[in-house]
Amino acid sequence: MSDVVEKTLSALPSLLSLDSQAGAGKLSPSSKLGNLIKGITELTSKHEEETLIKKELESIKEQVASPNTTMRQMKEIMVRAIYCEMLGYQASFSYIHAIKLAQQGSVLEKRVGYLAVSLFLNETDEFLLLLVNTVLKDLQSTNLIEVCMALTVVSQMFPKDMIPAILPVVEEKLTHPKEIIRRKAVLALYKFYLIAPNQVQHIHSKFRKALCDKDPGVMTASLHIYLQLIKENPESYKDLTGSMVTILRQVVGGKLPLDFNYHSVPAPWLQIQLLRILAYLGKEDQGTSEMMYDVLEESLRRAEMNHNITYAILFECVKTIYTVHPKSQLLEKAAECIGNFVLSPKINLKYLGLKALTYVVQQDANLALPHQMTIIECLDHSDVIIKRETLELLFRITNAQNVTVIVEKMLEFLRLTYNVWFIQTMNSVFSLGGDVMQPDIPNNFLRLLAEGVDNVEDRQLRLFAVDSYVSLLQGETAKLPQRFLQVISWVLGEYSYLREEESDPGSVMRLLARLLDQRHTSTETRSWVLGAMTKLCSSPVYTAIYWQNLHCYSTERHWLYKTKCLSSLFKLYLTTLIFEVDLIISCLSWLWCCFIPQVDSSLSFLDGYVSDALAAGAAPYKSPHQRQEDLVQEKALSLEPYGLSLPVSLSSCSITDRRSPTLLSMSSGLSGNSTELSHQEGSTTLKLEGVKRVWGKDGYLAQQQSAGETPTPLVELPSPLLSPQSPPSQKPSSGLEPDQEKRQLASSLFVGLGSHNSVCLVRLPSTVWLFIKNCQSANQSNVVKSLFKPFYINSCQSALHNLLDSTTVASEGGAATTTTPQQTSQRTLDHTTSNGNPHVEGTEQRVEAGGPLSLIRGNGMVAVVPPRDLPLTSHLPAELSGLARSEFTPLCSDQDSSLALSACRVYKEDALVLLVFISNNNDSALHQMVLQLTCKELEVYIFQTGLNNKVPLFFSEIPVGRSRNQDRNTRVSSNRDLEKPRIFCESFRNFCSPPLTVSTGDYGKMWLSFSHDLKQNLRLVTTEHQEPLTATLDALKGKLHLHVVDIIGSEGIVACRLLQGPGQGQPCLLHCRVHADSLAVWLRSPVPELPDSLLYHCQKALTET
Amino acid sequence: MIKAILIFNNHGKPRLSKFYEHYSEDTEQQIIRETFHLVSKRDENVCNFLEGGMLIGGSENKLIYRHYATLYFVFCVDSSESELGILDLIQVFVETLDKCFENVCELDLIFHVDKVHNILAEMVMGGMVLETNMNEIITQVDAQNKMEKSEVRL
Repeated sequence: MSDVVEKTLSALPSLLSLDSQAGAGKLSPSSKLGNLIKGITELTSKHEEETLIKKELESIKEQVASPNTTMRQMKEIMVRAIYCEMLGYQASFSYIHAIKLAQQGSVLEKRVGYLAVSLFLNETDEFLLLLVNTVLKDLQSTNLIEVCMALTVVSQMFPKDMIPAILPVVEEKLTHPKEIIRRKAVLALYKFYLIAPNQVQHIHSKFRKALCDKDPGVMTASLHIYLQLIKENPESYKDLTGSMVTILRQVVGGKLPLDFNYHSVPAPWLQIQLLRILAYLGKEDQGTSEMMYDVLEESLRRAEMNHNITYAILFECVKTIYTVHPKSQLLEKAAECIGNFVLSPKINLKYLGLKALTYVVQQDANLALPHQMTIIECLDHSDVIIKRETLELLFRITNAQNVTVIVEKMLEFLRLTYNVWFIQTMNSVFSLGGDVMQPDIPNNFLRLLAEGVDNVEDRQLRLFAVDSYVSLLQGETAKLPQRFLQVISWVLGEYSYLREEESDPGSVMRLLARLLDQRHTSTETRSWVLGAMTKLCSSPVYTAIYWQNLHCYSTERHWLYKTKCLSSLFKLYLTTLIFEVDLIISCLSWLWCCFIPQVDSSLSFLDGYVSDALAAGAAPYKSPHQRQEDLVQEKALSLEPYGLSLPVSLSSCSITDRRSPTLLSMSSGLSGNSTELSHQEGSTTLKLEGVKRVWGKDGYLAQQQSAGETPTPLVELPSPLLSPQSPPSQKPSSGLEPDQEKRQLASSLFVGLGSHNSVCLVRLPSTVWLFIKNCQSANQSNVVKSLFKPFYINSCQSALHNLLDSTTVASEGGAATTTTPQQTSQRTLDHTTSNGNPHVEGTEQRVEAGGPLSLIRGNGMVAVVPPRDLPLTSHLPAELSGLARSEFTPLCSDQDSSLALSACRVYKEDALVLLVFISNNNDSALHQMVLQLTCKELEVYIFQTGLNNKVPLFFSEIPVGRSRNQDRNTRVSSNRDLEKPRIFCESFRNFCSPPLTVSTGDYGKMWLSFSHDLKQNLRLVTTEHQEPLTATLDALKGKLHLHVVDIIGSEGIVACRLLQGPGQGQPCLLHCRVHADSLAVWLRSPVPELPDSLLYHCQKALTET
Repeated sequence: MIKAILIFNNHGKPRLSKFYEHYSEDTEQQIIRETFHLVSKRDENVCNFLEGGMLIGGSENKLIYRHYATLYFVFCVDSSESELGILDLIQVFVETLDKCFENVCELDLIFHVDKVHNILAEMVMGGMVLETNMNEIITQVDAQNKMEKSEVRL
């Protein structure tokens, strides 16, 4: 404080002299306020300030009471009183004098009087009644300043009951010739409306007049009222839309006098106000919204980014655009605008950008996608407010896929920022809520404290709790509720050790002991306290205090307490070194003699309870022995349903080969590089989960690990192709890694938001690593990866996606991972598809002979690497070759087509097998192939087999449960939960025909009876000679065999039925309505998954047309 | 609506407090302390908005502040106010004070509490923004000052 004091003191003389020069009746060095302030600034402690102010208040009291004090002096006194009040010292004796000053003083004194009144009093003060007449008089005064003062004080606070007394006068002011008076009158009336809406209802027409006032200031003031009125009831004010739009257009067009410009922006606050009003008016009202599109667009366009205030307008504009009925063109522009905010280096704008995003993602979550990286950065921002807003945003885009990551982020935030907040809040909850609180609140709180691993954060939280409780206990404990005391003692007992007891080791123990001493501490609490003390007594200092207390309180009469004592004693006896054997004995004997008479070994007092329970249907008591027998029986039963899974045994047999490094290095022939493999040694089963993290923060983990284990230098490799297989140190730059991490985070946060998220990241300029991960968990990222040459395959994803789509799973929103450092010529083919699709990752495979193909029982996936120049058909595994299969679909190939991926479906009698062919089109032989297939949902087992040394063949099987359909051409419901088929596959046509023919009437009935619905906008098909609606529905009809029930105007109803599968014969109804440029579709069905699936197929069908 | 306007210095000493909603005397003091506590621990390079303290409505309300040399100007507003709008309103307020006091400093606020209140009253009335045009505010204040002077002469 001293620097301020000094500064103030040094400035005082000049200030005071300046003031006296200026004359105008201000402060003179001898002025009392000057003295007071000088006095205060010289002080060094709060206590001194208090004494000084008290003295000052005494003198003020004396002066105001004196009849000789003139009004002029009174004014000066009031200023001093105001000063004292501001510092928090009550000067209630001066209130009445403030009113007197306002009543009797000259204009100038009156002003101070009014000011003091408005600062000292509030609406409920009875003193205010004394002011009503004065206000009334001043309102009618011819002096403008007096009228203004009266209006100001009225709008600050006025007793509700007295409003009728002055209302007519204030109303009259609406027609006052001076605009400032009109303006203040409008605001005063608004204030009346806020405190007593009924009183001002009759003057609504006058508000309209104010809105049309020739003075823009008055109009601006009236907007306050309209904002409120329209917010409360937009329907009644729709007719004002036109006027509001006109006003905004005029303002934006610069029609207002230049006075209203602020930093050359015309009346920005007015614009903001108008935009808000428009938002309320246009919300969910297409007609009204259409009226304002033009002016909104103009606002967006006119607002040039040159000053904060234009951003304020833009922000409001964006919000309005997203609130009113959507117009795609405007939405686009607004979204663009948000980018300006989010990317701004100014932190305030960034904050608003996030806020705007939070607002708009509720309508379209994809809008967050372009800003992923900024959002990720904001997540780590040093400003808590920014962080919080970011989390809010993430919360809005949470979906099933990214929920875990987002929740993790939120918890992290809570842990970091809110330790203190959390404990403090809980403290106040406990001390206020006290004993009326439900018992599980403290329980949950304690569990939360106790839970979690013992990491730094948890420890901090506990330590903070301990510290805050110690300081609480050091204060007055009498008022703390018993339950809180119990919580406190538990926490202190458990976690006091976290405190570093530098000065006073026994302080916690003493505090607890003090609790025991206090009369208001209940017996139950005491037993908690005692429990805590027992835990603490491992330290000798504690023990002494503890002992004292234990001895004293073992004489307590209450049995609960005594039991606790006893148990404590035992614990103590067992855990610590107790030398006072005499003391124990004395305690025990004491306890014993009090205890014995109360013991009822037959537990007869429980008989009533037991009989009640039996009557209520409870099972009779069984002895532990009996129970054990029951348990054994249950166990015996539970062994049955689990059959032996064939794939498991197979994989283990193939693993035996894999495991031996010597065998491998011998069999690997051409490739002398066994580094990839050696890190695997010791693993007994081929667990794909375990090896999945091949790509980690520091690069290729497998190599890193193996570097230590295998001395074989990479340069020894015979093939030049393999030599650049880079160790992690060769990574282009380590600076990229945090970035990459962020990107990874981004992909996990924004997964499921749209199909173009992968594209988004791929486009990033200096992308060496592209990392998109399906976020639900690491093992759900599905990656096909083989180490060859760098190439990015985007097309591959969709191709495989489509293929899989129609065979096994109708998956959504895939994301691709392509990770390759470009400088090192490591060859990587990365491929990702989403849920349930294959995951192939770097695990070296070797050529082995023979293949357990015959063991493909369920639906499976097979990867084949055929030699070049031969038709793929010739490489079909013998067992599959005779079966019906789909065409070979090329999935992808790299730039110089050295590696190609193709796939086909093979329909076995009881299964659907997906074959993936990986062909080497290069001249050089394949030395090494790293391939791994996983599938989270379907549990892939990998089998390895091979044709010869050069062509490794692998396949894996996807056990998908029993396939329901024996017909190979039908869809496969591949889900564990067979009761609820989530996945509808094959062409939709196959199970949607024949169309469900219903009449419009039946349709209506069915519509109402179906419970599962879904709404979505679809693209409209436009043809030259047809209505868009008819064209679209025709397209759907052609593609999906839907039945168009009826088309009326811009609406159409469509029906279809599921042909096969668990939901066989179940109908699905569609209601379509043309809405601007899109088709709003509403689907309903009794089967929960059907609308979703149908919608997907509709989208697909429409995209194809 | 603006709920409160607070000015305090770097040490938390109140220099002006104006509440547009009724709080008890004690609560007002606590709000000032709480607000100071919230605002003062913010760095320079963070945003000027934060959630209001528990006493003044918590997350319902927002604190929008600016820090000038030794003084914090804090506006506590509800959700119906535009953040950036208020931020510029603070700027207008300070610029107006600067014009009225010619190089305003903390001392001006201490010695002329009443004047500062009068200026504020021309800008914000009963919690609503009345005037945002600096010249207009100064005109009003000057008109009153003129009258003041003529009165003194009498």
